[in-house]
Amino acid sequence: MTKQKMFLRMITASLIRRRSRMLVALLAIAVGGTILSGLVTIYYDVPRQMGAQFRNYGANMIFVAADTETALTMDAAEEAASVIDSGDLLGMTPYRYETVRIHEQPIVVAGTDIESTKITSPYWHIDGSYPASSGEVILGSDVAELLGLGVGDSFNATYSTGDDSDSDEPNLGVDMKVSGILETGGSEENYLYMSMDDLNELAGEKDSLQVVELSISAMQEELRSYVEQISENSDAVAARLVKRVTQSESTVLTKLQALVFLVTAVVLVLTMICVATTMTAVVTERRREIGLRKALGASDKSIIGEFMGEGLLLGGIGGLVGSVLGFVFAQLVSVNVFSSSITFQPLLIPITMVVSVLVTGLACLLPVRSTMAIDPALVLKGE
Amino acid sequence: MSLLELRNISKIYGSLRALDNVSLKVDNGEWLAIMGPSGSGKSTLMNIIGCMDKPSLGEVILDGKDIAKESDKGLTAIRRDKIGLIFQQFHLVNYLTAVENVMVAQYYHSIPDEKEALEALDRVGLADRAKHLPSQLSGGEQQRVCIARALINHPELILADEPTGNLDEANENIVLDIFRQLHNEGSTLIVVTHDPEVGEVAQRMVTLEYGRIKSEVVNQNFGK
Repeated sequence: MTKQKMFLRMITASLIRRRSRMLVALLAIAVGGTILSGLVTIYYDVPRQMGAQFRNYGANMIFVAADTETALTMDAAEEAASVIDSGDLLGMTPYRYETVRIHEQPIVVAGTDIESTKITSPYWHIDGSYPASSGEVILGSDVAELLGLGVGDSFNATYSTGDDSDSDEPNLGVDMKVSGILETGGSEENYLYMSMDDLNELAGEKDSLQVVELSISAMQEELRSYVEQISENSDAVAARLVKRVTQSESTVLTKLQALVFLVTAVVLVLTMICVATTMTAVVTERRREIGLRKALGASDKSIIGEFMGEGLLLGGIGGLVGSVLGFVFAQLVSVNVFSSSITFQPLLIPITMVVSVLVTGLACLLPVRSTMAIDPALVLKGE
Repeated sequence: MSLLELRNISKIYGSLRALDNVSLKVDNGEWLAIMGPSGSGKSTLMNIIGCMDKPSLGEVILDGKDIAKESDKGLTAIRRDKIGLIFQQFHLVNYLTAVENVMVAQYYHSIPDEKEALEALDRVGLADRAKHLPSQLSGGEQQRVCIARALINHPELILADEPTGNLDEANENIVLDIFRQLHNEGSTLIVVTHDPEVGEVAQRMVTLEYGRIKSEVVNQNFGK
């Protein structure tokens, strides 16, 4: 048998046959490994999770006509948006605003892609339903109150360019039906929303948009990079970030990641203290054995090697257990907090094991070094 | 020829002289018993001969070398290579089996050899208990494992501290029989004991009192 095999036989015998004693240390390391692995998974997954959460607050970038242009066209917007990674671009909604008359009241109408608003403005609360067919509209709650209209009511809207007086034909307008009332608590309640086709029918076809809203799954830095690329590539479009959304997203993420980092560091320190305490108890409990080994001719280096070997093996096993439990922990957090699952990162297993071994090694260092002070003569005296 | 020679050694703790100018020679192959009441300096002498302590004064010549001048590291090496220790309380590693306990001594000395360790256990009549943990062995069996461990590296000197102190008469006889066998094979034995029956079976008996050699008796009936 080689010395290495005997070394392994001794340290595994110590861990297995003294398992009730070593379980406390293993538990401490496994808990540390679980928190480490779990929080690191969350740390790296939080931007993706939070990004998805923040998309619920609406678009984070808008396109308007560049200063040199009089109007923004959909073609120019689509061309400008081509620089955005297709996986990041979740939705793009055009808006054309016109003023129409309903019940003799001037009302601002927004022609848009109704389906697309569900992605770029997921926070819209519709009392009723989204328009299902041509001629159906959504009224902002303020507009509905002003006009005295509710869900299912019909009304007539007329559009005047201002030179209708010369026309022989009377402007009969277009009949429309309210499919839903929009409540957001914001300025959206002052508008009437209809499909672009309906607005073209009412106000005449015009390839001219006031704004295009975009919902992009990206962090603030990446969004800024997209804005720069668009300003370099497109003369017709000016891209702007919706700072209210992107800044709060960035702030929350930074704070959340700092919190996760801090908790991980604290847990690692606590693990180290727990392992160090356990190893101190183990060394104290085994003073007689250490004295005996010295009496048999073991050098300090050899004794330290054996205890460190036990500690590091514990660290490795604890790390392995922790990395698996950590994934379960991260998955539970992700499902309960973000309502979505996370992907398993295999690299986290060796990383958690290495960190656990390092933390355990560090924690064992002082107690194990104290073995050097043990006097083998005490063993002979039976003290 | 002397294997061990103590030349005027003293061990002084403050105003206390645990050993006071002790001189002693132990020949190769000799069986010496060191006796004396509690506090006579037996343990101190045992620690010095066993290379676990150094005298305050004097020389300790083991195999021609003054071990009193050795560093701690040097003493560890001498302990490992030249001395086999047998303890009153056996001191087996409680989570290792009997054969593994014997192999521990091989591990620190040279290369562990399970076959050789099993042979050592067989020699003390414990071949069938080799895979048992100390907690599964009787006191006598544990002491025999301790003896097998002391013998495994073929030490020049076997040093036993009250080897029968925790044993019943039957096991005491077994241990003393093993000592006789070792002596017949040429091993040098130093047995520290307070038990006259154990001391009287040795070739020579030295009695300590107040840190000094009070008497030295050669057993005329030895070997008869």
